[in-house]
Amino acid sequence: MRYLGIEPKRPRVGVFDFTCCEGCELQLVNKEETLVDFLNAIDVVNFREASTTARDDYQIAFIEGAVSRPDEVERLMKIRSHAGIVVALGTCAVFGGVHKLKNPFGAEEANREVYGDHAKVTMDVRPVREFIKVDFEIPGCPVNKAEVERVLQHLLMGLTYEYPVYPVCVECKQRFTSCVFEAGSLCLGSISRAGCNAPCPAGGLGCWGCRGPAADPNYKELVSLAKARGHSEREISERMSFFGAFEAVK
Amino acid sequence: MKVNLNVDVHHLTRVEGHGNIHVKIEDGELKDARWEVVETPRYFEVMLKGKHYTSAGILTARICGICSIGHCLASVRATESAFGVVVTREAARLRLLAKHGETLQSHALHLYFLAAPDFVGLESAIPLIELKPEVVGIAARVKSVGNRLCDAVAGRTTHPVSLHVGGVARMPDKKLLASLRAELAALDPDLIATAELFKTFAIPDFARPTEFVSLKGDACYPWIGGDLVSTDGVVKPERDYRAMTNEWVLAEQTTKWCKLSRDSFAVGALARFNNNYEHLLPEAKALAADLGLKPVCHNPYMHNVAQLVEVLHVAHETLAIIDEVLAWPASTELMVPVKPRAGTGVGAVEVPRGILYHEYTYDDSGCVTKANCIIPTTQNHKNIQDDLVALVKQFGVEGMTDERLTLLSSMLVRAYDPCISCSVH
Repeated sequence: MRYLGIEPKRPRVGVFDFTCCEGCELQLVNKEETLVDFLNAIDVVNFREASTTARDDYQIAFIEGAVSRPDEVERLMKIRSHAGIVVALGTCAVFGGVHKLKNPFGAEEANREVYGDHAKVTMDVRPVREFIKVDFEIPGCPVNKAEVERVLQHLLMGLTYEYPVYPVCVECKQRFTSCVFEAGSLCLGSISRAGCNAPCPAGGLGCWGCRGPAADPNYKELVSLAKARGHSEREISERMSFFGAFEAVK
Repeated sequence: MKVNLNVDVHHLTRVEGHGNIHVKIEDGELKDARWEVVETPRYFEVMLKGKHYTSAGILTARICGICSIGHCLASVRATESAFGVVVTREAARLRLLAKHGETLQSHALHLYFLAAPDFVGLESAIPLIELKPEVVGIAARVKSVGNRLCDAVAGRTTHPVSLHVGGVARMPDKKLLASLRAELAALDPDLIATAELFKTFAIPDFARPTEFVSLKGDACYPWIGGDLVSTDGVVKPERDYRAMTNEWVLAEQTTKWCKLSRDSFAVGALARFNNNYEHLLPEAKALAADLGLKPVCHNPYMHNVAQLVEVLHVAHETLAIIDEVLAWPASTELMVPVKPRAGTGVGAVEVPRGILYHEYTYDDSGCVTKANCIIPTTQNHKNIQDDLVALVKQFGVEGMTDERLTLLSSMLVRAYDPCISCSVH
């Protein structure tokens, strides 16, 4: 179907996962009301969790997960060499995600705690872009399928996709969510990038900043406001480091 | 003629996570039959150290993308047990409602998208969009209503936001619940059609005497908390979960293995069914009988059928819970005050793939000093290994082909609906 004279592509797609929970690729098969359209818009040639078909002629590779093992680095390089476009899917792929919380402990202590005398191979957890060139990043823990669809629509039409520059607060206002920060919960919504439709404050939880910073985040002001409202240094620091997404602004 | 067979599945597909299957029979002699877990370890128990109790459930939900609600519930239960917090009856009912949504979406994902393609000779469910659009429609409806029930109650289906230590953060929108109820009430024809479809599937004729472990229901089919039970007659209180799991570390794999009365045991839908058949709703019992499932069933491929029986049971039980919730006044208390204290607590929850345990030790400021999580698939890995050896011995005979044995062994692992990344957390 042509749209404004443009013929959308039906690209061959591969979906791959690394250090993660596979929750982001699960979103690819959620939102059932548009699932058939979504699957018809692409040609899935490699998606281990969903299909036994495993070809290497994919044009777009969606990568879920951070990187924490040498064999993952190898696999990542191979995928990069096959794919025209690499999309980092989700907070772990984009920032490292919660798995980065392991890093301060070091491999030795982590192994001693979990595996005793049988240490396993593990490295510091790092995001995908530190190993290969990433063409596009979709943050979120998990990603929001509606946003994945919007990104895909742009890719198919060859258009540039722009993220909102405003923070999550705007989306809370749009959906009439009462401010959870005002109600006493720590919330990073005022410095975090929108696009998720703010499900966490709506569900009674503050924003934990899984999508990383909005444009020009006023980090200092948030910290001073939060402290004035009785949130401790420890609580604020635990929250800011939770998804590993605020290292650039702290 | 001597039998020679070879199975080499590198990264088994249509399961969550990374595992390999190796089988080698040379001149009729079994040389190798191995279920090998090669998943990246993530060290959640270490990440938890020093974290505040309000972070524990948010963090451990990230162990698993499919059963994050179950992880969050085991987590808050462990914390509440450590702090001596008892949630309101209404909060407990809402948690169960979220849990049921998760069971529906997870079982639907497994039955239609991961398991079914094997029985109809397809590599995935994607070609069904053209071949059998009516089946895809059914699958989408069942999975969707489960997901939206999670969204309504837990705030989000993957990585919930409303399930907190002390209760549930907010009352679900009652109009939304009422419309979900109407959808669920109309779901039976879809489930009957699914049962008819599964009746046409050739389930491999294989059984191995197995010990099955699950929660023990008192008055109803169990999902959250309570005693632990095995088909070999072991019964333990929730806090003694370590004596029920006996986890040990393997030198060559990133998962651990578990055992109880025998070398291995199984958890999951079939284990729940085998231990708690009496508590199923009559219509779920009738469906089981119709599909040839009777307790105690030792055929691991029947995990699929047990999941289908649970889908019907859960869908019907959900109707009753929604009716209760709709009758509650607006003033219903869903959160109780939480005061951290030093201590240890355990939370056991039946997640879609079987019984899950979280245990945390807290200091008096409410920060974790020690954590332990034992995941259903971790408990199943050794049982899968033992099944694989028995399967290969039974079917690795003259007339068998590499392709057929590859399919049979892949289907065996898939039947457990393993969550491998979860199991190597």
